[in-house]
Amino acid sequence: MQNLEQILSAAQSDFAACANIADLEQAKAKYLGKSGALTEQLKGLGKLSAEERPTAGAAINVVKQGVEQALQARRDAILDAEQAQKLASETLDVTLPGRGRKQGGLHPVTRTLARIEHLFHSIGFEVAEGPEIETDFYNFTALNIPDDHPARAMHDTFYVDDQHVLRTHTSPIQVRYMQAHVARHQQLETMPDVRIIAPGRVYRVDSDATHSPMFHQVEGLWIGEAVSFADLKGVIADFLKNFFETDDMQVRFRPSFFPFTEPSAEIDLAFTSGPRQGKWLEVAGCGMVHPNVLGHVGIDSEKYIGFAFGFGVERLAMLRYGVSDLRLFFENDLRFLKQFA
Amino acid sequence: MKFSEHWLRTMVDPSLSSEELSHLLTMAGLEVEELDPVAPDFNGVVIAEILSSERHPDADRLQICRVKVGDGEPLQIVCGAPNARAGLKAPCALVGAVLPGFEIKRAKVRGVESFGMLCSAKELGIAEESNGLLELPADAPVGRDIRDWLALNDQLFTLKLTPNRSDCLSLLGLAREVSALTGVPLTIPETAAVQVTHQEQKAVKVSAPEACPHYAGRVIRGVDAFAATPDWMKQRLERSGLRSLTAIVDVTNYVLLELGQPLHAFDLAKLQGDIQVRMAKAGEKLELLNKQTVELQPDYLVIADNGGPVALAGIMGGTPSSVTAITTDIFLESAFFSPAAIVGKARQLGFSTDSSYRFERGVDFAATLQAMERATQLIIEICGGSAGPITEAVSELPARPAVRLRRDRVRRVLGISLGENEIAALLQRLGMSFTQTDGEFAVTPPSYRFDIEIEEDLIEEVARLYGYEKILPYPPQAKMTMLADNESHRSALAVRELLVANDYQEVVTYSFVDESWERNLAGNTQAIPLRNPIASNMSVMRSTLWGGLLEALIYNINRKQERVRLFEVGACFAQDGEKYAHRTKVAGLCYGNVVPDQWDEAGRKVDFYDIKADVEALTRGQARYIADVHPALHPGQSARIEVDGVPVGWLGGLHPKWQQQYQLSSSVVMFELDLEPLLQVGLPCFSEVAKFPPVRRDLAVVVDESVPAQALIDAMHEANVGVINEIALFDQYRGKGVEQGKKSLAFLVVMQDTQKTLTDEDTDAAVARLLTAMAQKHGAVLRS
Repeated sequence: MQNLEQILSAAQSDFAACANIADLEQAKAKYLGKSGALTEQLKGLGKLSAEERPTAGAAINVVKQGVEQALQARRDAILDAEQAQKLASETLDVTLPGRGRKQGGLHPVTRTLARIEHLFHSIGFEVAEGPEIETDFYNFTALNIPDDHPARAMHDTFYVDDQHVLRTHTSPIQVRYMQAHVARHQQLETMPDVRIIAPGRVYRVDSDATHSPMFHQVEGLWIGEAVSFADLKGVIADFLKNFFETDDMQVRFRPSFFPFTEPSAEIDLAFTSGPRQGKWLEVAGCGMVHPNVLGHVGIDSEKYIGFAFGFGVERLAMLRYGVSDLRLFFENDLRFLKQFA
Repeated sequence: MKFSEHWLRTMVDPSLSSEELSHLLTMAGLEVEELDPVAPDFNGVVIAEILSSERHPDADRLQICRVKVGDGEPLQIVCGAPNARAGLKAPCALVGAVLPGFEIKRAKVRGVESFGMLCSAKELGIAEESNGLLELPADAPVGRDIRDWLALNDQLFTLKLTPNRSDCLSLLGLAREVSALTGVPLTIPETAAVQVTHQEQKAVKVSAPEACPHYAGRVIRGVDAFAATPDWMKQRLERSGLRSLTAIVDVTNYVLLELGQPLHAFDLAKLQGDIQVRMAKAGEKLELLNKQTVELQPDYLVIADNGGPVALAGIMGGTPSSVTAITTDIFLESAFFSPAAIVGKARQLGFSTDSSYRFERGVDFAATLQAMERATQLIIEICGGSAGPITEAVSELPARPAVRLRRDRVRRVLGISLGENEIAALLQRLGMSFTQTDGEFAVTPPSYRFDIEIEEDLIEEVARLYGYEKILPYPPQAKMTMLADNESHRSALAVRELLVANDYQEVVTYSFVDESWERNLAGNTQAIPLRNPIASNMSVMRSTLWGGLLEALIYNINRKQERVRLFEVGACFAQDGEKYAHRTKVAGLCYGNVVPDQWDEAGRKVDFYDIKADVEALTRGQARYIADVHPALHPGQSARIEVDGVPVGWLGGLHPKWQQQYQLSSSVVMFELDLEPLLQVGLPCFSEVAKFPPVRRDLAVVVDESVPAQALIDAMHEANVGVINEIALFDQYRGKGVEQGKKSLAFLVVMQDTQKTLTDEDTDAAVARLLTAMAQKHGAVLRS
């Protein structure tokens, strides 16, 4: 019996001395192998009498279980240590930057236009487009600006040929859209409302710190049976409040003149807080669509009425993001553009 | 339009500050662009008289003056101005005065005490430059505050008038407007008819009555062309931005500003025979007052005498008949020329005059004689002389048909409900005459309003006077219907965002470009030119976006950017017969390393296949790439892109010769695609997912270098082996084991049957058919 206890403690200390699984397997053989100490003990049971055998056998089994437990414990310990070492060796500097490409960015004008389109879409305005090389008719005549009208001097126009210009505003899109709308709904007694915004590039012969020969406008148009100047003011106030995400703002409508609207107004806004506080800034022109314009596209101005407005997109972007110089939008300096990514 | 507030207030004087008046005008549609004081703030400056002056004992350039500034003892003032002399009257800043930028104190100048400062115009801030003391006339009252005496507390208004409001191009017109806005009554300058003291007349024959419905002229004899323009008139002219010339010209300019009626004075001695108002004849010429000699066109209205044209009617007089220093008798003209006869003509000649500016917008046709009398009165007052009777030629003046105004229409257009009496009161204030029946007005606009033609014009007037700000914003109401949303179509924004996600920065470049970009990069010698480009490098409309992208690339390389990836979405243009075709394109360009400099990555330059992956993403794998040549691209690295057999764009490396010409140190890979096909994304359409396992076989074949990978893939597809699910290239190899001039291409082939599990026999048979197809068409040999 003494011998058995010695075997267990010898095994325990042998196992503890093993640093890896291979050593442990060898040490295991020393006790549980074919000629291991415990195996020898079991073999020795045959020499005992039938009365002694169960007691002795049970005692050996107890020790064998103890050896096996010690073996398993040591095996687990070695594996845990090996795992821990492996994990330690695999540790990364998680602060190193990720690899691969980065993201680009949208141009601030695109970003601004997308925002404008989104806001107007939310109250049912569809987006319409039109050509940039426009006929004299759509750019001027259909908008109630006949030849030699003094208002033509207000537009410093790029000419392509006698009949074509680079559009000086997005208003011709109104005319084109209304024509198509009238044609589409001519069978109906009452045509559905026209409710569009028309973004795009426009061109003027003008280039200095505050003028670019090319810039962007967004035109809005709503024609229906009961659309008034008060509605126009409501839509514009709603838009400006949501575009700038502030109530700290005053909006005023100032009488003005455009050949294609009557009454006409310029829209000024003034922030009541922030760096531009208190200064009136011109942001758009607008008005009730002139009956002659409706007449040109075959809409009965007695039955239908509505408003149009035009915003300068760069102007809105400058106010929204605090950009100081219009020319930055067209220099395409990455150091500028990346600020809007 | 620029004017002095003082002058305006002689006609209408509301109790409003300058700022309030400015706001009132702006909010009535007469935008005040600038409001500037005539003089900056200063005080303590009075009119002084130099009684005596003597040389400073210790300074050659200084004088010691005894200066009278009022009733008290004269002051001793040391002065360095060259024109300081006894008897001169000049402004004097007293001790304690505050001038722009400094204060006047008692001082010792080189040992001599000085009690104030004699001032130049510059020191008072009323001139940019001055040379010595501001010399005041001999009758200037000594001791009087200079601000009062020179009316320096005046403000200058600069208006940005809209083209419809020609009636406000005069002080009278503005006063009328202010009176309408405030209700303060108007004081109109008196113009009694001048006494006629001789009977000489010049016959006037108008042969273009439509262009000139009213012509009036009068002979004034014995004028003194040397007479000095009075200071008050000079001051008003100058404060309106006009230079004082000779007295007669000054008077005509003054009346133009005061009443809005352009006038012209001819030297009577230089007119031969009768006056004719007629259209010019071909070949006639006239030297204008601006020294420009113009060849007259038959649609130009002229004033002529027996010798030919003497003035371009309503635009500018001619030099030969102009008033000069030796003029003694004049023929004064006041006329109404129709806007249609004048409009655009001055602009054709490359200038604009105060006269043409007014006539082309519309001048009050009822004020022709009033202006004539006013000018005659002022000329006789200033230059002397005697007036003859007025000769007139009158035909049909513009009609002012009554315009209907319905109360209900006012409500519909403005969205506010105004009472009939309210509307009537507003119309009255505007000087409109009207009759009124049952919610409807018949309104006759005054002769000075050329902008009231339709009901909406009146509605605007009503709204303007009522106040735009009093029309409250109203959240609009509409029938709630959803907008159409086409699922098989994506937006241009979605395409842009895809490129952004793939590390491209969007730019916006000009639609007009340098002609050489078009020639070099698009082989386009027919680019659409602009007639009036703003610069030679912006002279033609682009047919490709690549020019602008390269320009943006170069701009950024010059600013030390080493890796640039740009894209643009925009219209490109092409001549299409009489018309112009627009095509919206999306183009991209990559330069520098494929990824930003980063750890553990070798800095590899971007190549064709890197960008092709981006194009594949844009085209959703639907495009085919066909080797082809393009003027912008490397001939061996250039692909025409097709979708459904239709060419949609190009992909390739920038041609090395352009790379060299534009001094780019490494290669550029670019693509350009039509936007429209990219927006068509189709609707997803379900097909059965097979329940049986797929089988993958890898095939490596050896072919000639010249055989494109796509040709082998096509050959396999064309073999029509039913069970093929996917064929993709996964390796290309040249070198050991592969003969020179050949390459090995490895494809993975995924096979599947929706009805059963494929057996080895099935797949072997399928592979055999693929290999046969490739062998037959392209001589491909299975790599051993």
